[in-house]
Amino acid sequence: MNGDGRQTGTDTVKRGLAQMLKGGVIMDVVTPEQAKIAEEAGAVAVMALERIPADIRADGGVARMSHPALIERIMKAVTVPVMAKVRIGHLGEARQLQSLGVDYIDESEVLTPADDKYHLDKHGYTVPFVCGARDLGEALRRIAEGAAMIRSKGEAGSGNIVEAVRHMRAIRDGIAELSALPREELVARARDLGAPLELVREIAANGKLPVVLFCAGGVSTPADAALMMELGAEGIFVGSGIFKSTNPAAFARAIVDATTHWQNPDVVLKAHSSIPEDAKAMDGLDIRQLADHQLMASRGT
Amino acid sequence: MPTPVVGVLALQGDVVEHVGALERAGARAVEVRTPDDLAAVDALVVPGGESTTVIRLLDRFGLTQPIRDRVRDGMPFWGTCMGLIVAAHDVADLEQPTLDLIDVTVRRNAFGRQVDSAEVPLAIPALGAGPFPAIFIRAPWIERTGPGVEVLAQRDGHGVMVREGNVLGTSFHPELSGDERVHAYFLRMIAAASVFS
Repeated sequence: MNGDGRQTGTDTVKRGLAQMLKGGVIMDVVTPEQAKIAEEAGAVAVMALERIPADIRADGGVARMSHPALIERIMKAVTVPVMAKVRIGHLGEARQLQSLGVDYIDESEVLTPADDKYHLDKHGYTVPFVCGARDLGEALRRIAEGAAMIRSKGEAGSGNIVEAVRHMRAIRDGIAELSALPREELVARARDLGAPLELVREIAANGKLPVVLFCAGGVSTPADAALMMELGAEGIFVGSGIFKSTNPAAFARAIVDATTHWQNPDVVLKAHSSIPEDAKAMDGLDIRQLADHQLMASRGT
Repeated sequence: MPTPVVGVLALQGDVVEHVGALERAGARAVEVRTPDDLAAVDALVVPGGESTTVIRLLDRFGLTQPIRDRVRDGMPFWGTCMGLIVAAHDVADLEQPTLDLIDVTVRRNAFGRQVDSAEVPLAIPALGAGPFPAIFIRAPWIERTGPGVEVLAQRDGHGVMVREGNVLGTSFHPELSGDERVHAYFLRMIAAASVFS
């Protein structure tokens, strides 16, 4: 509380920014020029990174927070909100990004986890956090830790939507199941989910998460975006799908249009048709061919 | 008068929050994505969201001129945060196109970036005595007002709620606050407009 009664860093303003991003597309960018292409295409925010997930996957090694000077250059290049990633549990990186003034921090499994047991206590920050989840239990644990926005994990950098579909369905089915349970069963269900009872009761009563839910991981075409919105995503993160395609501006714009008008197949068709036929979507990976240690979604549960 | 049908522009942003608040305040609320949707409403709310995104989408989906025409014909319009930026005459220090529905200049992110987003008890005399729980998220302020513009609330000496005739703008988010007094105020604007139409 400040002199004029002003309160910063409340749940309302942290969750509120994610509410403003709903129906939009958040794009991974690695340079100010890419950030401008994203903004021009209609991105509602950008995720500033040194390497996009497909390259992190290809390069191997330890993936860390990006250099602050790069993030700052991207913040200066665009007027939309700028997000940046920290390693799971890395409070040193998170405090730096808060000081830098980024608009959202993604505590992300795409980077190499710094803590293999615990996520950050995100309540202690003024800056809001988004975290990945594969199912309702993961989502509720992250919300209990203070996440102000949830996204599916998908399998980042794979160009394959199957994992994001699995996660969105798991979260949606988890919510539907809680809504149908009699009150006396919620305590045992909270234990099974590994989630606080208060949150479980809130979900059962409201039939929805108390924070905005986006899809992430594997979106690479306008139809992918429309599919995920149909499955209950309130917006879309696109990582490698835009700047690993052969025509980023066309893919970016088409994915934005399809996300805006996902309920209207004619517009989604028009969006897809607007991409030149010789432009190629990113190459995809068959996730079944990946070894366990190559999977990112199972990090930080 | 019959229950007014209030459209909420649904290209992007916190649409369902406005729909809920409008209905609690006694209106019928519908989402507007196309010129046909727009033709069927008595008033339009442009919600919170990203102004750079929405101004492009308005153009792409053929809504820019139809909204200008309806507002100039007297349709009540209310923009919150992004909606205010989109409605402004211009944006300070940025080459950002707008709909130019209200004679104000806005400054984007004027109170700071997200870490400066805040809840502020705000005095709004037009709504009665109690302070309004105003939620500012990467909010703009109003830097210049034309002669016909009434400033209904200020924060730190800058306008944050303005009205010019049938156009209302707030740089904060009444749709997130659980207090429907600004929505009720907008419904009174609609009722007054329909008396004379």
